[in-house]
Amino acid sequence: MDWGIILNNTLAAILTPTTLAFALAALGLAMHFGFAGLLNFGIAGFMAIGAYSYAISVLTFGFPWWLAMLMGIVGSILFAILLGIPTLRLRGDYLAIATIAAAEIARLLFLTTSFTDVTGSADGLFGYNNAGGFNDANPFPPGSYGFGPWTYNRETLWVVLFGLVVLALCVWLLWALMRSPWGRVIKGIREDEDAIRALGKNVFAYKMQALIIGGVFGGLGGIVYAAFANVSPGVYVTSLTFFIWTALLLGGAATVFGPVIGSIIFWVLQAFLSNVLPALATAGILPISSTQASTLRFVLVGLGLMLLVIFRPQGIFGDKRELTFVK
Amino acid sequence: MSNNETPGKSTGLHLGEAKPGCEKLDPILVIDNVTKSFGGLAAVKVDHLEIPRGVITALIGPNGAGKTTLFNLLTGFDSPDTGAWSFLGTSLAGVPSFKVAQMGQVRTFQLTKALSLLTVMENMKLGAKDQKGESLLTSLIPGLWRKQDAEIELKARELLKRFKLDTKEKDFAASLSGGQRKLLEMARALMTDPVLVMLDEPMAGVNPALTQSLLDHVLNLKKEGMTVLFVEHDMHMVRHIADWVVVMSEGKVVAEGPPDTVMKERAVIDAYLGAHQDTDLGVVTGRINIITEEGEK
Amino acid sequence: MTLVIEVKNLYAGYLPGVNILNDTNFYANQGELIGIIGPNGAGKSTLLKAIFGLVKVREGEINLNGESIIGLKANQLVAKGVGFIPQSNNVFPSLSIEENLQMGIFQDPSHYKERLEFVVSIFAELGKRLKQRAGSLSGGERQMVAMGRALMMNPAVLLLDEPSAGLSPVRQDEAFLRVSDINKAGVTCIMVEQNATRCLQISDRAYVLDQGKDAVTGTGRELLNDPAVIGLYLGTLGT
Repeated sequence: MDWGIILNNTLAAILTPTTLAFALAALGLAMHFGFAGLLNFGIAGFMAIGAYSYAISVLTFGFPWWLAMLMGIVGSILFAILLGIPTLRLRGDYLAIATIAAAEIARLLFLTTSFTDVTGSADGLFGYNNAGGFNDANPFPPGSYGFGPWTYNRETLWVVLFGLVVLALCVWLLWALMRSPWGRVIKGIREDEDAIRALGKNVFAYKMQALIIGGVFGGLGGIVYAAFANVSPGVYVTSLTFFIWTALLLGGAATVFGPVIGSIIFWVLQAFLSNVLPALATAGILPISSTQASTLRFVLVGLGLMLLVIFRPQGIFGDKRELTFVK
Repeated sequence: MSNNETPGKSTGLHLGEAKPGCEKLDPILVIDNVTKSFGGLAAVKVDHLEIPRGVITALIGPNGAGKTTLFNLLTGFDSPDTGAWSFLGTSLAGVPSFKVAQMGQVRTFQLTKALSLLTVMENMKLGAKDQKGESLLTSLIPGLWRKQDAEIELKARELLKRFKLDTKEKDFAASLSGGQRKLLEMARALMTDPVLVMLDEPMAGVNPALTQSLLDHVLNLKKEGMTVLFVEHDMHMVRHIADWVVVMSEGKVVAEGPPDTVMKERAVIDAYLGAHQDTDLGVVTGRINIITEEGEK
Repeated sequence: MTLVIEVKNLYAGYLPGVNILNDTNFYANQGELIGIIGPNGAGKSTLLKAIFGLVKVREGEINLNGESIIGLKANQLVAKGVGFIPQSNNVFPSLSIEENLQMGIFQDPSHYKERLEFVVSIFAELGKRLKQRAGSLSGGERQMVAMGRALMMNPAVLLLDEPSAGLSPVRQDEAFLRVSDINKAGVTCIMVEQNATRCLQISDRAYVLDQGKDAVTGTGRELLNDPAVIGLYLGTLGT
């Protein structure tokens, strides 16, 4: 067992495009659930909409990358509105069910062969980074950048920096909103909508705004991931949603930095387990094959999520008083 | 104001005979033919009701009489099957609850809705109307709302002082006792500068010793020109501060008038007040040891 | 007078590290009607729940007929003759009145018939409407069903949490009279109440709980006429 490699891979996970994409999606979920109390179990759907809107805008409509990414944001906004109009007047659990369904519908629409010309169906889409000019916009010359575990080639460095800037902007936006009177109304709505209505605030409008903002964060997460890898329906499955929930709860759902830290910890752990478990299997310490070992980490993630919800729902940074699942 | 003095009551509020649906000299709320049924059961069936302006009206009646349902209908928290009602001359039918609140009609709830996860000051600030910072885009630029927020804070602090909650400003509302939460809800409602204050069982669950101070706060509302409509079971409170009493039973208004006359009506006593209103239950149950009493004298 | 319930130096609470009851002392003799009044948050309901095993006891003693009952679960206490009537959510709305009463005695079904007769003898109204769904009853009527259900197990001690809460004046008086009747039938009653005046009018002895401690105690009459109690807890309106 080469602990050197294991350690290297584990630490690298702190700053990868995947981690950044996760952090953005978790930030969106923090807006939805942590602050506004909206039970969104379809965050993967927002990511899919963001990613596909970007890729399709480039490949089918020939937009430049920055306009295509803007389309990703527009797509997220439309998705949020479509989702919100029928469901925001419903009780929390109904919103949860509706969001699961909406995300699945989105994924299936991207999967179906009927739109294969546009969506690429099961194969997904690729090559849009070049076609849209995102790669061309990269100012760094070829070479190796960084040090130790955090070494990147020019493409990955570009995506990481891009992701960091987007994440920083979104973190600032969330922070600025939640410390303002608007944020105060949102927190009030989370606790008791009727009390807020009785004070003359249009609760539906506020919830919709929160849904849109969180949805845009999720869509941006999808865009960052798409800029790094490819766009494929197999990525945006329901388990992705639950991984993001795990990352959110781990860090602290009603905090601004919780989702970011939670995503980092989540991916560091994933990297660790996906390196250690197969190594243990190959070394004979675990009585399973190395393929079984790498899937074992998902079992552990599921267990971890359960334990988190049962014993420490406020996560690392959260305040226990602020978190209640059941109203 | 000394403890047991009955405050100056307003009289001459009605036109004609004091009976259900009678007209008022200066009504603030006029309710016409409002009905609401839940699964076949008529919860509210009010033909005509006018609430007088600038005074304190009590809405009493047994549980299930429709008082809270009527409250919910008037404030837009529920929609009636039929009927129309107007507030200061403007029709309110179909107006959603938050717009009703914006028009100057504020309500409290039977189960206090002090937002426990927010601090007392945050609770109070939520009450203020027309806040620039509550709009999505302006909220991002503190320079646009800081000044107004500071003004709101001053107003809140004054109200908190009046309700003796000023020391609790930074505490989470969850740490307040039940009675203090009631006071917070009332203070917060006043931040909206209401014209009509509707209180749903404001005395419920409140320590009797706190009742006097709550009553003084309600009387203050009248002094400052607001109209008060409250639902209550506490007859001492009703007798003490209500200028007008409306009695509901089984969804209908069965009696109206000044408290002293209404509370002597046979029908009201039978259905609601009970025959032992002013009697010591120790006497009724025979539990008082008369010999001991005489001995002590 | 035989001591039935004894509480000594009790510390108890819901959240870790926070005690609602701070050194509470209390006792009830057989056949007494004990009233417990006091401000909100004083710990009145907490005291009842601690006796009934629903709240964690941190220090102190709770004895039933001389034996400690700390740590016993609620169902074990029912078997030992302690009944508890919660303030709200105290009937099964989807069940009929008769079924609610049956739920009261399911630990000891052999005595069902005679206990049903006894309960109906105290609450004639229930006897007339046994088949009615409890969910369709008003608040005061549900109170009656809850009391009846607690009486089905023939308890020696009855713990009542604010029986008059949320009721109109005439129903409140009825509730208090009912408690008095149950007590006269031989059941030791311990009643927590917000309507302090009415509670003291029918109590043999009473306690004023303040900040988790028994602040004042005496007979019901003594407390009713005590100026300090009136000033701090009863209020001066209408008394």
